[in-house]
Amino acid sequence: MSDIILETRNLTKHYGGVHALQDATFTLRRGEHVAIMGDNGAGKSTFVRQITGVEQPTRGEIHFDGKPVHFTGPLEAREAGIEAVFQTLALADDLDVSDNLFLGREKTKFDWLGPFRFLDYKAMRNDTLAALEKTAVKIPNIRNTIQNMSGGQRQCVAIARTATFHSKLTIMDEPTAALGVQETAQVENIIRTLKEQGEPLILISHNMRQVMDLVDRIVVFRRGRICANLLKEETDGQDVVAYITGAKTQPEYADAA
Amino acid sequence: MAETTHGTGGLKYDSSKRSWPNEINIFIALVIIVAIFEALGQILPYMNGQSFLFDTNGRFDSIFNEARLQIIILQVAIIGIISLGVTQVIISGGIDLSSGPLVAATAMIVMSFAQTELVNGNPNPKAVFGSWAFDLPVLIPIIVGLAFGAFIGAINGSLIAFTRIPPFIATLGMFLICRGIAQWWTRGQPVSFPTDSYASLGAGMMPVVWFVLLAILCHVLLRYTVYGKHTYAIGSNEDAARMSGINVKRHKVMVYMIASMLAAFAAIVLSSKNLTAQSGMGLFYELYAIAMAVIGGVSLTGGRGSIIGTVLGAMVFGVIQSGFTYVKLDAYFQIMAMGAIIIGAVVLDKWRQQRAVARF
Repeated sequence: MSDIILETRNLTKHYGGVHALQDATFTLRRGEHVAIMGDNGAGKSTFVRQITGVEQPTRGEIHFDGKPVHFTGPLEAREAGIEAVFQTLALADDLDVSDNLFLGREKTKFDWLGPFRFLDYKAMRNDTLAALEKTAVKIPNIRNTIQNMSGGQRQCVAIARTATFHSKLTIMDEPTAALGVQETAQVENIIRTLKEQGEPLILISHNMRQVMDLVDRIVVFRRGRICANLLKEETDGQDVVAYITGAKTQPEYADAA
Repeated sequence: MAETTHGTGGLKYDSSKRSWPNEINIFIALVIIVAIFEALGQILPYMNGQSFLFDTNGRFDSIFNEARLQIIILQVAIIGIISLGVTQVIISGGIDLSSGPLVAATAMIVMSFAQTELVNGNPNPKAVFGSWAFDLPVLIPIIVGLAFGAFIGAINGSLIAFTRIPPFIATLGMFLICRGIAQWWTRGQPVSFPTDSYASLGAGMMPVVWFVLLAILCHVLLRYTVYGKHTYAIGSNEDAARMSGINVKRHKVMVYMIASMLAAFAAIVLSSKNLTAQSGMGLFYELYAIAMAVIGGVSLTGGRGSIIGTVLGAMVFGVIQSGFTYVKLDAYFQIMAMGAIIIGAVVLDKWRQQRAVARF
């Protein structure tokens, strides 16, 4: 088994004449936590949308878990083991925690009933409790609807999905952008838990302190291209900002400037 | 208090902290409305102290005025069957305005397959088809009716899912189409004289039996099956449902098909009960069915509501209707008051939602 969980080669996405993503070549090793940083419109979210199957790349290859993949939709990516937590939370307000965790992948009984097969509530609740425990997510009561939960709790529920289905790669797109201090700390704790368990992670964030705290490596995007690949130990906040703003470019990415 | 704590997070699974079910509010409202009518009966001078709910004249062997209870339940049973389907449509985030005319169209068609050859020894004066369609087994009209309902529902659902036109528009169009079908079928003539076996489907308290059985079935579907969970999910957050891999389009078609089949079944029961089908049947039924659901706490924005709520909503509807007659309210005012109650129910729902959002 290869050490590399995800690899993209010359991944490119054009929206009409707009080159949102240009020749992104990127690798992620098992157990590694990588941050993607960059200014607004630098191509971070576009990059993630190609990997998670929300969009299909114009050009380039994606290799996941040693195999080339061509996702035609987010469900395929999810079935392959890529779990994404998006900025806009994909949760149904009127359902409870375990319903949301298992949405679209319910545990069922009497499967011969087709679309009318019965839900196995007990199994789903047990798995939900296990998943929340694994990620150390604090939820007052898993049978409450999402509607009555704080932004942080919702985010935690979305993240707990990744633990429930033993995904091979977790991608978080600004998971703490809308959260308060305490809730941010909670989400960061979950990310640390994932690290301890050796789950690979791609984190998109604007928060320099958070990135420096949590990840092993920082990849900087600028105007649709990757312009730097920095190990955390070899860089600091000012250095990263210089790459983000365009004051510096690594020699191997010189054509990106 | 029983409370279990899991792991480092202080995770609790405390069933006593579950939110107060909305159905209890509706039940309380039902009791209050009954009490109001009971009080009106004592207060209003022309009522002579008649009781609304209780048997004060010793006409029945129970403490309740059974005749009134029977009328209330019978009155709401048939529209109640429709509202079971409408509930599912509204929970999925849609609306179905076509159910009333669908009842008329289905009744006309179904009745044509349920006619008897001889009426008191004479040929059936209302015969639609030739002799091949007389005295068919009762299963045939039922299957024809359900198939027609499924067909109309499939068109409704497909229009909404695949052309993405608003459900309001799609089903409004179907509203007119079905009324047209009902009138065209016999050029406006009523269809009458069903076979005995067909007439027994809606005889006596049979509508109530069907309503209860179908309510239980629909409750199980919504609460305990994947179909139900996905219906709530789509109404709650359609994008989330799609991203979770639910086939939203196919599911919507299914929901509208089930709703229309329930309306078609209501048509069978109604035409059997009345022993005739007319193109003007089912007037306002679509609105009353929606009203029952909304009174029962089904949110017009989708995602929330239950069959238990709708059944209670139907009871509220029936009690109010019967109560208006009991206090001798003019029939014209009754319709106006019904309209006001529907508006009130939607306003209440709006308030409930705002309160839920304000909790953040």
